[in-house]
Order: sequence, then structure tokens, then C-alpha cells
Amino acid sequence: MTCSACKGITPDDPRFAELDAFIQDGHSSADFLIAVLHRAQQLFGYLPEEVQHHVAAALGVPPSEVYGVVTFYNYFTLTPVGKYPINVCMGTACYVQGAGRILELFEKELGIQPGQVTPDGLFSLDVCRCVGACGLAPVVTVAGEVHGKLTESDALKLVAELRERAAADQAEAGAAVATVGGESQ
Amino acid sequence: MINLTIDRRPVSVEPGTTILEAARQNGIRIPTLCYLKEINQIGACRMCLVEVEGARGLQTACTVPCTEGMVVRTNTPTVREARKLVLELLLSDHNIECPTCLRASNCELMQLAHDHGVSQIPLQGAHHEAHLDVGSGAIAVDSSKCVLCQRCVAVCREVQGVSAISVTGRGFESRVSPFFDVSLSEAACALCGQCTLVCPTGALTEFDETEAVWRALLDPNKHVVVQTAPAIRVSIGEPFGLPPGSVSTGQMVAGLRRLGFDQVFDTVFSADLTIMEEATELIQRLQSGGPLPLITSCSPGWIKYAEHFFPGVLENLSSCKSPQQMFGALAKTYYAEKSGIDPANIVVVSIMPCTAKKYEANRPEMNSSGYQDVDYVLTTRELARMFRQAGIHLPDLPEEEFDSPLGIGTGAGTIFGTTGGVMEAALRTAAAWLEPDSPSPKIEFQEVRGIPFQVREATVSLNGTSLNVAVANGLAAAGWLMEQVSTGQKDYHFIEIMGCPGGCIGGGGQPIPARGPEALDEVRLARIASLYTIDERMTLRRSHENPAIQQLYAEYLEKPGSERAHQLLHTHYHARVPAGVRRR
Repeated sequence: MTCSACKGITPDDPRFAELDAFIQDGHSSADFLIAVLHRAQQLFGYLPEEVQHHVAAALGVPPSEVYGVVTFYNYFTLTPVGKYPINVCMGTACYVQGAGRILELFEKELGIQPGQVTPDGLFSLDVCRCVGACGLAPVVTVAGEVHGKLTESDALKLVAELRERAAADQAEAGAAVATVGGESQ
Repeated sequence: MINLTIDRRPVSVEPGTTILEAARQNGIRIPTLCYLKEINQIGACRMCLVEVEGARGLQTACTVPCTEGMVVRTNTPTVREARKLVLELLLSDHNIECPTCLRASNCELMQLAHDHGVSQIPLQGAHHEAHLDVGSGAIAVDSSKCVLCQRCVAVCREVQGVSAISVTGRGFESRVSPFFDVSLSEAACALCGQCTLVCPTGALTEFDETEAVWRALLDPNKHVVVQTAPAIRVSIGEPFGLPPGSVSTGQMVAGLRRLGFDQVFDTVFSADLTIMEEATELIQRLQSGGPLPLITSCSPGWIKYAEHFFPGVLENLSSCKSPQQMFGALAKTYYAEKSGIDPANIVVVSIMPCTAKKYEANRPEMNSSGYQDVDYVLTTRELARMFRQAGIHLPDLPEEEFDSPLGIGTGAGTIFGTTGGVMEAALRTAAAWLEPDSPSPKIEFQEVRGIPFQVREATVSLNGTSLNVAVANGLAAAGWLMEQVSTGQKDYHFIEIMGCPGGCIGGGGQPIPARGPEALDEVRLARIASLYTIDERMTLRRSHENPAIQQLYAEYLEKPGSERAHQLLHTHYHARVPAGVRRR
């Protein structure tokens, strides 16, 4: 079976060691399956085949059951999150303040639906229920950062800013690689 | 004892008994679609709702234990209405193309709907998306008929220890599927088919190949031969209303002839041949120091399971092909030459109690005759359907004999159909070979006769050599035994493993008991008893005494373990890592 989502996660990925440390810290029985999956998703951003196999073996749970639990809970995801995961709050207050329109705008601008990630891996889109900041409705979080009282033009500006930030990061990383390359020669 | 009242009658039950079991013990059958005693008591289907005095709302009888003084009512207007509503809800999201379903004749859902007077399906609503999976060529999955009872999941996990499937997703997206929703053909599934025996509907069935066999039978250029596994003769009567375990060998042969098979042969013949090769292999391994234990390889579900989960024991597996495959290889070589028929025109059909046999016949290496050795494998259930289509009511037929020479078998080959049978058959021949001067060599080895779900161990003395042997049936038991062997906690010379509880008589392709899965225990025991009765009544009870086998070696194979025997009758195994195998 091929699993395109697993590309990039190898068995020697250092995050497995972190996950193992968590499992060995009193979470090594099947009773802790959900807690361990939470930790795994925190570390990897999503729960691909390799990670589920690893959890299954560590806890002695059949992989099919791990997969059953992962697909049951909305919180767990099989798709990788983007560099900037955008979460649109669809709680009552945000919804009343136009969160639906904001979501549509993101969908159009990014060309993806909730639960998906852009082909360049930069953005993923999701919705959530109430982040507890109803006074700031409508609220959007980006990688845990809260943006409140968002208008449609704010939303577009946000995407543009994030794109710029990513481009800048990439240029910096490219420069660093070039420098390292230069030094090594 | 706990005293309670069920439907105004006082009853006493052991502490811990559920309401559903207490009712059954007292002649009240509370309907259920998901219950399997001890392994699936989850209240999923909601059919077993009952009234319990003082309890809030209706209770699921399969999950609630009886308590002292409890007052239970299983048949009130409220209960009947609730059950009917449950059925209406289930049917609102069910593929109701019932007449076209393989389970039309024994669907538990249809029976309950009928019993409960569901005369229309008034509820309209969302539907699960239908997923079909026939990729394995052995088991067909149709999620549009699934009621999510989880019996299959429970059997796969608890009885077989495989856990190839689980309920995935939620709500209208939930369904039973393997890890990452792959096809069963790519999953950790052994294709044993135990799930098809407990599925209350047509969601899990054998992959039906009857049409292909009909076409072969109608083709005037084809010479179609059939072999029947030992377990079929004690179960094929059941779909025709005969009691479980009824011996129908002669009628089955007559029926097969009427279907149009050119020759009706017996897998018992090649079971005897398996013993010749396997007993030789055992003696060689004992004399040359291994690898031991030698483990039997007749059960294709067990082989696939071992390839997935225990690659370390593959060298211990007997290199002997299963009787089905030995038969196929010989039908297209020895038999073809003897009868002057071009093997290209021979079609070999097997009647097997097994879904995994379909997979085995299609393994790419099973072509030592130069052709696919076995062309089609039909389960007992498919044969019963072919008989029906042909208007054959088995009990009405006269008894007829198998054809020669591939239809001649002994009692030893016959008991291959039960757990412990291969072991006993091998010991009978090994005893005769190792103790040639013994005036009365031992024939019956009661100590290795298998019991469903149990691992049996024995020490057998043959000509002064003590052999430690073990017999396991069902893959969970097999897995346990292999753990013991792999970790060096147990030391055996010879192990028999059958993938299904009770051995082949309990195979995943066998008739589904009329009373549903709760009758399986009783049905398995009846079939086992009948195989031993057939054996007892036979004059020839040891494989090496089979004259057709002796002739085969004299004319064609030379001797057991010869080069030609190896080319035609032996094989090798591959470690496999399908999706969802727990790495050990």
C-alpha cells in the first residue's frame, strides 16, 4: 500500500523518540490510546500510517482498532496540517458575526475546503466550535495565534501577510543553505 | 443463585447471568442481531430491548446482568413497538434488494422483520455510502447490507486474534473496514471467513464463483473433475434440512454427478498422500535434527496468518502442499496421463469448507502441473446453491461411490476434516513405519483428538522415541501456541494447526446453522463426531494402506519425498507485511 501522507516520516524521525518518552511515562497500556494519539498529533500535526503503526505496537493494540479510534474522533486528522493552520471559529457568537462569510472567503482564496491543505503545504483550513473569545467574534486562529474581530478585508490581508512571511522564511533558509554550502567548499 | 421474574415466571440463574441468557435458559428467545455469547455483548443493535421494573427506559437484555428480585418483561406492547422501530430504522438505511442477496434464505434481519410484522419501511433518511470489496477473491464485503453489529469484528479479534477489521468512521460514515480502509486482499486478514459465519446479513459472504463453474460444466471441450474435502460430507445435508453432522457422502457424490462433473473424486485421497509425504518429512526431520517442531500446512488461513504474523516459524512449516493443491497438481499430470486427456482441457473444481482455499488456489506458485492446479474453489454453501439451482434435493438422491483412482481414501484421510485429525493420521502411519514388527500398531490416538477452542498437548511414544505433540484450532489459539514456541517456553516435535475453531468442519465456508451463530458450538461437535464415526467404520484406516496411493507411488512418484514428489507436492512460504499487521 502506498501512503503519500507518510512521505517525510521515517522510522528514525526524532519525534518518535519524543512520543516514546511520553508513552513510557505511564501511558503504555491500551487504556491510554487516546492520550497517546493526542500527543502524537501534537508532535506530527497529523496521524499518518507510520505513526498509527508505531502507537499500535507500543500499546499492544491492533492497528485496525487504532485506525477505528482515529477515524471516530473529529479531532484526529489523517491529513497533514499546513505550515499555517487556519481555524475558523464557527461557534454561535462568531457565526452570528459572519464567520460563515469569512470561511467562504478563505475557501475561495486558498482553493481548499475545511480539512484540506494547499498543494504547497502552506495553509490548511479547519473549523472549530468556540475558542472562548466570543467578545472578539468573529475569531480565527492561525497556528494558535488569535485574530479577533476579523473583517473580510482583514482576512485577505492576513493571508497575504502569511504568504510574505513564508516567502521571507524561505529566502532566509535558502541563504543559510547557500552560506553553509559556501563554507563547506 | 439470583432469583428474578421474567414474563411473570420465577426463574433462578447463576450470578452474573445477563437477562438475555437467563431468558434463553428459560425458553424465551429475546431477538438479537449483534449478540455473540461472551465475545460480543455490546447492546449495539438494540433488538434485545426489554422492560425492567423500576429502570428508566428500556434495557438491552444482552448487557444487563440479572439482580435479585428483578422483574423483567420481554413481551409488552412497549417492547414490541420499540423493537419494530429499531427494525424500521435499520431497514431505512439498508440495501433492500433482498431477493438478490446470497443470504436471502437465512438472513437474520429479514427473519426478524418478518417475525415483528414490519410490513413497510416508513422511515426515509440518510444512507451510508455503499462500499464493495471483492478484491480478495475469497470474501465479498458489501457495506450496504451491514448493520454494524460488530460480530465480525469480535470474531476476528477474540476467536481468531487477527483484528484485521474494525469499525471506522462515525455516524453515516461508519463502516467495518481494515486499517486505512484497504481491501481485505491487502489487509492482515487471513481470509478464514469466520466473519461470514456470524454476519447476520449479506454484508460478509463467500466470493461466489458458481457461475464460472456452471460455464465450465457446459463447455463441451472441458473435462471437469471435482474433489470434495472431508468436511463437506458431514455438513452438506444441513442446507437441505438434515440435522447437523448427517453423513451424506453417497448423496453428495450422486448430486455432483448430476450437476455434470465428469469425474467425482475425493480430497481424502490426497489427504492420504499428504500423510505419506508429511510423515516422511517428520521422520527425516527427527533423524536429521530439524528444523523442529514440524508444523502442518494444510490450512491456508493458518498459512496466511503465519506469513503475516510469525515469519520466524515459516521454516518449521511442512513443505507439503495442502491436500487440495496436491490433488490439483496430480489431476493435471498423473490423472491426465493415465486417462489420456490434455491437461489444458481439464478443469479442477474443489468443494471446500473454506474461503481461504479460494485464495490458496490462486497463489501464483500453485501451478506445478504447468497450469493453475486448481481452477475453482466452491464453498459448501455455494455447492448447496448449485444443487438447488439444479433442482437437486440431496436427501432424495441415492448413494453413489466416488470414481477411481483419485476417489479412494482411508479413515485417516477422512479425519483431516477435524482438529487433531491430521496429527492422528500422521501418527498412525509414523507408528506403522517406526514399529514395523508391532503385531497391533496403534490406530486411535484419542490423546490428540482436538476439542474446539482448546490447545491439546500429548507425549506419544513411537518405537521408544517420545514425541511431544500439540494440536491447536482457531487462529487465536495458534497465535498463542506460536508465541510459546517462539519464546522457547514450549518444546514440541510436531504441531497441527487448523485456522478455524474445530478444524475444517468449522470452516468459514460451511453452512450457517439454521439457528444462527449460537448453534455453532453444537454443530461443530456433531460434525466432528460424524467424521470419527466414518473413520471407525472404514476397513482402511491408515493412509499408507490406501491402494490408490500405493499405485500412484509405484507408477508415478516412485517414493515419498522423491524428486518428482517434491516438484509436484511441495511448496514454500513467503513472509508478508500487509497493511495493519501489528509488528511484534
